[in-house]
Amino acid sequence: MKGVEMEDQMYEIEETMPLNPVESFLRMDRMPHIWCPSCGIGTTVNCFGRALETSGLDMDKVAIVSGIGCTGRVAGYLNLDSFHTTHGRPIPFATGLKLANPELKVVVYSGDGDLFAIGGNHFIHAARRNLDMTVICVNNFIYGMTGGQVAPTTPISATATTAPHGNFEQPFNLPYLAESCGAVYVARWTAYHVRYLTKAIKEALAKKGFSFIEVLAPCPTLYSRRNKLGDGLDQMVFYKEHSEIQHNIDTKTATLDFQGKIIVGKFVDKERPDYLTLMNEHYQKKFGDKYTPYKG
Amino acid sequence: MRTEIKIGGFGGQGVILSGYIIGRAAAIYDNKYSTMIQAFGPEARGSACSAQVIVDLEAIAYPYITTPQILVVMSQEAYTKFSPELVAGGILVTEEELVVPHSLRKDVIHYSIPAMRFAEDLGKKLVINIVMMGFMTAVTKLIDPEAMRKAVIASVPKGTEELNLKAFDKGYEYGLEMLKNKSN
Amino acid sequence: MKADPKGVLTGAHFLDGDHACSEGAISAGCRFVAGYPITPSTEVVERIAERFPLVGGVFIQMEDEIASSIAILGGAWGGKKVMTVTSGPGFSLMMEHIGLAAMTETPCVFVDVQRAGPSTGLPTQPAQGDMMQARWGSHGDYAIIALCPNSPQECYDLTIKAFNLAEQYRVPVLLMMDECVGHMTERVIIPPAEEIEITPRRFYDGPKEDFLLFKPDADLVPPMVKAGDGYRIHVTGLTHDEKGYPHMSPTAQAKLIPRLVNKIKLNADKIIEYKEDQVEGADVVVVSYGITSRVALPAIEQARKEGIKVGHLRLIVAWPFPEKRIQELAAKGKALVVPELNLGQIFYEVERNAYGKVPVTLVPHPGGTVHNPKEIYNAIKSIRHGG
Repeated sequence: MKGVEMEDQMYEIEETMPLNPVESFLRMDRMPHIWCPSCGIGTTVNCFGRALETSGLDMDKVAIVSGIGCTGRVAGYLNLDSFHTTHGRPIPFATGLKLANPELKVVVYSGDGDLFAIGGNHFIHAARRNLDMTVICVNNFIYGMTGGQVAPTTPISATATTAPHGNFEQPFNLPYLAESCGAVYVARWTAYHVRYLTKAIKEALAKKGFSFIEVLAPCPTLYSRRNKLGDGLDQMVFYKEHSEIQHNIDTKTATLDFQGKIIVGKFVDKERPDYLTLMNEHYQKKFGDKYTPYKG
Repeated sequence: MRTEIKIGGFGGQGVILSGYIIGRAAAIYDNKYSTMIQAFGPEARGSACSAQVIVDLEAIAYPYITTPQILVVMSQEAYTKFSPELVAGGILVTEEELVVPHSLRKDVIHYSIPAMRFAEDLGKKLVINIVMMGFMTAVTKLIDPEAMRKAVIASVPKGTEELNLKAFDKGYEYGLEMLKNKSN
Repeated sequence: MKADPKGVLTGAHFLDGDHACSEGAISAGCRFVAGYPITPSTEVVERIAERFPLVGGVFIQMEDEIASSIAILGGAWGGKKVMTVTSGPGFSLMMEHIGLAAMTETPCVFVDVQRAGPSTGLPTQPAQGDMMQARWGSHGDYAIIALCPNSPQECYDLTIKAFNLAEQYRVPVLLMMDECVGHMTERVIIPPAEEIEITPRRFYDGPKEDFLLFKPDADLVPPMVKAGDGYRIHVTGLTHDEKGYPHMSPTAQAKLIPRLVNKIKLNADKIIEYKEDQVEGADVVVVSYGITSRVALPAIEQARKEGIKVGHLRLIVAWPFPEKRIQELAAKGKALVVPELNLGQIFYEVERNAYGKVPVTLVPHPGGTVHNPKEIYNAIKSIRHGG
């Protein structure tokens, strides 16, 4: 397999690649997965696997936490310590996991409904605290697992089973929200931008603090079909044609309209001490030698 | 024997701390049982907040006080509100300048002390409650004064022990003196 | 094993129930607590926040009770002994994660300082209205253990017991305090660390290749590992097989769920604890728990003075319920009186186990304060005269 010509070259892809390079990161005994043909979630998982491959991380020390929903099933397919929690709550679970065992690299992998509707409160507070974790949100603009209901990310005028006459609520601009709350790394890509996405995940994993990646992904069965957008491939073509890479832009401008222009890129990459660093520094200052820095 | 004590005053007078000191003295330093309950919520911050303490030689079952045998009050409102609860023959301890004992019950034994003035003389109005505790210890003889002194030391902020002991002793001696004069 | 002396404040203290609970948690080895302020439980986490930095623990005040109740589950899988603390409305919000803890067999302690409800109710006043919620509050079938302290000393002792049971059975254990016990200050004796018995986590120590996360030992409880140990575990709230993998079938359900219930049910005799006083010769037995077990004492004493043979059975463990003991008492014809700070919860459990053989009298109270002992006395007396 030679480099795919979908976007500008970022990586040299080796000729002698095994059949499935991310197989060792998957629980192959759980295949086949439940995702629909041409759903974008699997593509993001592939990118995640590739990012892990080159991350240099000890895979025994990487834990993945998901909520509920189609993307919530990601945890179950990854050959890592993996936790499939309750709807909306992967971030607070991950908070406990990280604080109890700080040597873990904790990744939250979930959907837009899970992370930003029912779980929105946890997202903003984890970002505010700058907990050292990576949050990957697969945004397919809709509730997939429950059958196509409106989400806090559904663009205005798109239809959903609970917005059959079209959505009129303003959706979240997720990168803007993440940055406002204090995330130290914020990027948006689509399932089309596999190499950019892989690189972004690798960067996020290497980042100390709260990193956030939004990945737009097609939901061919519910979102695309209901909105007459064709199948998954048509959506990929759409992403290709309508995406505009703009790094370091003001996230306020990164809004998404129904089938409008998609601004992608790395928007935020800054330094800010993470929760446990702040905690240790604070207590050391307060208690001096009496305090033993917490390492788990 | 079960003795029920109620301490009343306004927020900031150290009402809860007073209850805590009595209970701690009894339970930790005087080989007795004690249960303290404090009024919580908005009422705990109002002008008639209270602490309840039960002291007994046996384990305490029922946790609330019903008819206190001892009532210590440091505010007019607490006096008005709580003095009808005092059992007949009970001991009423009031702060002389903060409480005017209107229609004082004839069936209770009343002691009063200018604790506020004593506290001011000691340079810190805040110790009014400790003066009251010393006075109460003397006039009620419920708890060993040494146990009370230990509880005061253990319960007040570090660095203020000496001042608080002085306050306690001031109240205690005033109380002993008063008893002596009464019996003469 | 014995308690880690770090953090054990050996000695005689004058503590309220909330603070005694915090000390119990520290003595038990708890090193991760997540909580959200709510009256009358807040003092527990306040003391934890004060004490934890110097004993190697982490306390985090989460954004709500939902977050707190799942953060501790993350903490448990990260390897810590964990606790969250709440009251009333917060307890309602935590129900889903009691279910997740039961389903994923995560050892953890939930403290509920009961206040009068429903809804906001009386935030600063006691009740015992959450007893059935403790048992059944999350959806589906599962089992938990619930303990009922009646003094600050027991808030300390039973918090340690709660942690030990949680580790022994890999189950959420609920410490069912109430506002009265929580805000009551009494003498609390904290023993030397070497006298405090601690149940360590049941970590798996077999060959790695044979490891199955949910393969139970003979007592139906599976040993555990933590994240980061290289087992690449999968933990899900979905119905799962012994490997932990989702298994969406009636067969998997029939294998897993009965075991979750039976590991408590079949070990119930080892878990159940109650105290009895003069039950053998009694005609009437008062069955009580928590603060009400103290309020009942003057009533029992008064009735005995009048020649009525009254026994007292005090539940220390409310769940699992001592069904057999109640059945025995009913078989011996002892009338049962159940005072509780609710309008009938544990009463129904007593009545169910009495099988209609003896009169069972509820002494209800909507909460806000404790019973007047006279109400309990009257119930004892009317049974005697009626029977």
